Amino acid sequence: MEVNRRQFLKSIGLFTILGIGGWSAFELLVPGQIEAQYARKKEALRAKRWAMVIDMTKMDEETAKRCIEACRRIHNIPDFYHPVDPKYKVDPKKARRWEIKWIWLEPFEHAFPDLEEKFMPESLKEKLFVVLCNNCDNPPCVRVCPTKATWKREDGIVMIDFHRCIGCRFCMAACPFGSRSFNWGDPRPYVNYRNPEFPTREKGVVEKCNFCAERIDKGLLPACVEASNGAMTFGDILDPNSEVRRLLREHYTIRRKPHLGTEPQVYYIIM
Amino acid sequence: MFEKALVGSKRYWTWVAFLLALTGIGAILYLWQLKVGLKITGMGRDVSWGFYIGNFTYLVGIAAGGVMVALPFYLHNYKAFGRIVVLGEFMAVAAVIMCLSFIIVDLGKPMRAFNVLFHPTPNSILFWDMVVLNVYLLLNIFVGWNALQAERNDVPPPTWVKVLAVFSVAWAPLIHIVTAFIYQGLPGRHYWLTAIMAPRFLASAFTSGPALLLVIALIIKRYTKFDPGEVAIQTIGKIVTYCIIINVAFFFFEVFTSFYSQIPGHMQHFKYLFFGLEGHGIMAPLMWISIIGMITASILLVIPGIRRNETTLALCCILVVISTWLDKGPGLMAGGFIPNPLHEIVEYWPTLPEALITLGVWALGFLILTVLYKIAISVHEEIEA
Repeated sequence: MEVNRRQFLKSIGLFTILGIGGWSAFELLVPGQIEAQYARKKEALRAKRWAMVIDMTKMDEETAKRCIEACRRIHNIPDFYHPVDPKYKVDPKKARRWEIKWIWLEPFEHAFPDLEEKFMPESLKEKLFVVLCNNCDNPPCVRVCPTKATWKREDGIVMIDFHRCIGCRFCMAACPFGSRSFNWGDPRPYVNYRNPEFPTREKGVVEKCNFCAERIDKGLLPACVEASNGAMTFGDILDPNSEVRRLLREHYTIRRKPHLGTEPQVYYIIM
Repeated sequence: MFEKALVGSKRYWTWVAFLLALTGIGAILYLWQLKVGLKITGMGRDVSWGFYIGNFTYLVGIAAGGVMVALPFYLHNYKAFGRIVVLGEFMAVAAVIMCLSFIIVDLGKPMRAFNVLFHPTPNSILFWDMVVLNVYLLLNIFVGWNALQAERNDVPPPTWVKVLAVFSVAWAPLIHIVTAFIYQGLPGRHYWLTAIMAPRFLASAFTSGPALLLVIALIIKRYTKFDPGEVAIQTIGKIVTYCIIINVAFFFFEVFTSFYSQIPGHMQHFKYLFFGLEGHGIMAPLMWISIIGMITASILLVIPGIRRNETTLALCCILVVISTWLDKGPGLMAGGFIPNPLHEIVEYWPTLPEALITLGVWALGFLILTVLYKIAISVHEEIEA
C-alpha cells in the first residue's frame, strides 16, 4: 500500500490526537489510574514506626553470619572477594573499597567509637557487633538527597529508588554510620545467588539495608530477624505493647551515635 | 565578536591544539568510565568523594574570586579595574563550566542528572548549589559579553547590564557559601562540621581567584599588546595579600578550637592530615607544603618590595594558587573522609585515569578561557588601533 506524505502526516496527526484524548479520557473517568499505584497489601505487616532490638548476649558470631548470609541471598548482594567467574577476580584492596554492606560485623570499638573505654573488658572491646542501616527517624541522608531518590516511608523505613538515584553520593557523606554503599562498577558478576524477586543493581547507584521493606509488605519479618534465633527483635516502637518496647523497658540499651540527633532505630542490649 | 577567536597567531593555535588534545584524552577516558563505572577511580566506600569533587570545590572558589575585581569596579567605580574586569568575568565563566563538568564526571548516573530538575528538592544543598552555580554562569556570560560589546562599539553598557553586574557581585559569595554548606551541615564529619567552613572558603576564594587572575593577566601582558595596567596589578596584589592572611588565620582558628578543646573527634582529622594515623599518612607531605606555602606567601606578600616587583608578585601568586588548591581540593576531601565514621583509616589516592579525566576538565576550562580571552584581547587591540 502506497502512503504519500500527506496521508502519512494526516494519520500521524490523528493518532496523536487520539493518544492525547485517550489519556485525558482515562484521567477523567478513573483519575490517577494511569500513574503507577502503590497500595499496601492486606497481608502486609504494619507499624507506626519500625525499630529493631539486637540482643548481643544471644548474638554469637555464628548466628550473626547466618543473618548476614540470609540478607546477602535475598537482596542479591555482590561479594567482590568471590566472583561468580574467576575472570572477574580483583585484588582484595579493591574488593574492600567496593564492598556493598547491608548488614555486617564490626568490633565494638568501631561500631561505638564514642563509647570505647581504655580499660573496658577486652572481650567487649573486640566483640563483633551486628551493624546495619539504623533507618534513622531524622535521617541526614534523606535530607541531603537532591532528587528524593532516598526517602522515609510512613512507617519510618528509609528507602532508595535505584531508578532515580543519580549517584552523587551526597547521602554517603551524610551518613554517620557508613551504612550506605555505592556500586562503583557492575555488581552482577559478583552476585552468587540470584533472588529473582529482588532487583539486582546497576553500576552508579547507592544502596543500603531497607529493613526488608519488600518482605514486610508481604507479611514477613526481615530476613536477618528470621535467621537470628531470637537475637533480633523487630516491631513497632510506638506501640507500648510491642515486643520491642518490652525489651527496651526491661533492658538498658544503647544506640550508635545518638548524640548526633539522627534518632537511630536499632537498639543494642549489651549485657 | 566570536570571529576574533577564529583568527590568531601560530602560538595561539598551538596552545588551542594542546588544550584540545588534553581535553580529548580526558574525554576518551571519561567514555571508558561511563562504560565500566567509577571503579576506575581511587574512590571507595570510605572515601566516596575524591579528586573530582575536590577540584570542583576549589574551582567554585576561583569563580567566586572574580568578584574581587568586579566589586570595586561596579560598586565603587574603581576605574583602574576597567580593563581587567572582563577577564574576571570570563574566568568565572570558565571556572563554573569546569565546576559543572566535575559534578557530571563524578555522578554515577550522569544520564539522570536532570532528575535534580524533575524532582526539585529544596532541602538538599546540592539542589541549591545547582541553582546558584547556573545563575552565576549565566550572569557572567551576559555581563561579560555585553560589556565587551559595548566597549567595542564605544558606547556605555546598557543599564540592564549594569544592573546584572551589580546583582552578580552580590551573587558571587553565594556560590561559595552554598558550596561550603554542602560540607558543613553533615553530622558525623567533624572536619567539615564547623561554622567557619564558609568563611574559610570565602577567604581562600578571594585570595586564589585574584591570584590566578593576576598570573594569567601577566602572561597575557607578556605575549600580547594587552596591558591590564600597573595600578590594577598592584591592587590585585594587595587583595591577594589580605585574603591569604585571613585564610591562614581562619585555618589556625580551626586548629585552636580543635586542639585547645582536646575533643578527640575534632583533632583526629588534623592529626591524620599532618602527621598520619596508625602508620597511614600519604597526605602529610602535601598538607605541609600547603600550610607552609600559604604562610610563606603571606609573609612575602606583606613585604612591599616583593609585592611591587611584578616577577616576585607573580611567583607569590603561583604559590598561593598551589597551596590553596592543596588545602581545599585534596586536603578537604581526605580530611573529611579519613578516618571514616567508624574510626577506621582507609586512604585515598587518585588513579591515573582519574587524574587524566581531571586534567581533561581543566584543559576544557582553559580552552574556554583561552577563546574568551582571545576575543576580549582582540577587541581591546582593535579599539586601540
